Amino acid sequence: MNIPADLKYTPSHEWVRVEADGTLTVGITHHAQDLLGDMVFIENPATGRTLAKGEECAVVESVKAASDVYAPVAGEVIAANGDVESSPESVNKDAYSAWMFKLKPTNAGDVAELLDAAAYQKLVESEAH
Amino acid sequence: MLKLTPLNATHRELGAKMVDFGGWDMPVNYGSQIEEHHTVRSGCGLFDVSHMLPLDIRGANVRAFLRRLVANNVDKLQVSGKALYSCMLNEAGGVIDDLIIYFMDESWFRLVVNAGTAEKDLAWMEKQNADWGMGLTLTPRRDLAMIAIQGPDATRVLNEALPGVDQITASLKPFNAAAMGEMFIARTGYTGEDGFEVMVLAKSAPFFWKALMEAGGKPIGLGARDTLRLEAGMNLYGQDMDETTSPLESGLAWTVDLKTERDFVGSKALEASEVTKQLAGLLLLDKGVLRGHQKVHTKNGDGEITSGTFSPTMQQSIALARIPLGIAPGEEVEVEIRDKKLKAKVVKYPFVRNGKVLI
Repeated sequence: MNIPADLKYTPSHEWVRVEADGTLTVGITHHAQDLLGDMVFIENPATGRTLAKGEECAVVESVKAASDVYAPVAGEVIAANGDVESSPESVNKDAYSAWMFKLKPTNAGDVAELLDAAAYQKLVESEAH
Repeated sequence: MLKLTPLNATHRELGAKMVDFGGWDMPVNYGSQIEEHHTVRSGCGLFDVSHMLPLDIRGANVRAFLRRLVANNVDKLQVSGKALYSCMLNEAGGVIDDLIIYFMDESWFRLVVNAGTAEKDLAWMEKQNADWGMGLTLTPRRDLAMIAIQGPDATRVLNEALPGVDQITASLKPFNAAAMGEMFIARTGYTGEDGFEVMVLAKSAPFFWKALMEAGGKPIGLGARDTLRLEAGMNLYGQDMDETTSPLESGLAWTVDLKTERDFVGSKALEASEVTKQLAGLLLLDKGVLRGHQKVHTKNGDGEITSGTFSPTMQQSIALARIPLGIAPGEEVEVEIRDKKLKAKVVKYPFVRNGKVLI
């Protein structure tokens, strides 16, 4: 299981990196891409869009299925990664370098509600059957 | 409890991702579904299709039985080994299942039916057998495994895996089969490529699979099987047609023989029915992926996608959709995907055959 210790996670399988300036970089986890299989289409939120926590804001589609991506915390989209939209397979190659969008959180303290690596690992194990 | 094919342990050893496929524990891929798809278009892929059920029908009146049982005309089968694709309909003209019928001799026909419908099919056939006083013996062949060997390199792989079999493969025409003892070799498939579906005794299957891999065949999961068959424009039971849909509105009119006097089950309903829909191919012009159940808006009214996917060969999304009559290839329609309406073009399918894009 590939769950980097320095990242934060959501129960809906997004990863979040808290940058030095307090902004958040968001992608989907290795486990999520493994469940979905080969990615063929990604749609990111528009830069400048304001998101509520848990809001559907992006879509990842594999050959097999479509899946929504949710905002990990409330905030404003300050960047979207066009490279993953033109090369969706980069998410399969390395889910943690293929970031999708960056958020400026409305409340810096909200990141404390995200899961750490150990808690996310437990969640993934509990979902396996 | 999931049902296992004779190759279950083989798939697990190969590191396949296994899924519950209608009650069967089946490999969805062995790594990358897209790579597997390309392998079948350019080389040779191996599929475990042992979840499908071979069914032997034996007795004096098999042909007469099948004349009434299925919508296609078994009288097209006059040469031993010849295969016929057909729907089996209910009285209302809905599709109970689609199947392949192999004519071996006048007292032996072999059918291959879908996994998810096998029990229902068998019960239906036994009922007709009794009601019509046919006195036939129907034998489900769960003692057999079925391996599909598909792709431009399929003949070479099979010949190398099974020395001597070239005596058969060299002269076996598409949609024909040959039986040797319990081994049954059919030049059929569900990919749009040349290839074979080979039945062997279940206990021989792991060894045979290994020999095919040694000869260069690559394992392919059910994920790629679906994208391959959709590119090839082949219907999937339960998605593109079912008991509530007519074969005449499912792109299967070519398999329904209403011309000869046969009075098969469902024929009266079909003759009385008014056909208002067609199954059409769609090519997505905007970015995204077409999926089953998405709504299609046309100038003649709404329709629905029955099967949709991303085509690895065309690098574009394709679909089959049931839409109103009168929408011709080349016309544009709109598909509702989430909150958007995306443009798609109606096209004649198949999309891909023998490695070539036809659109």
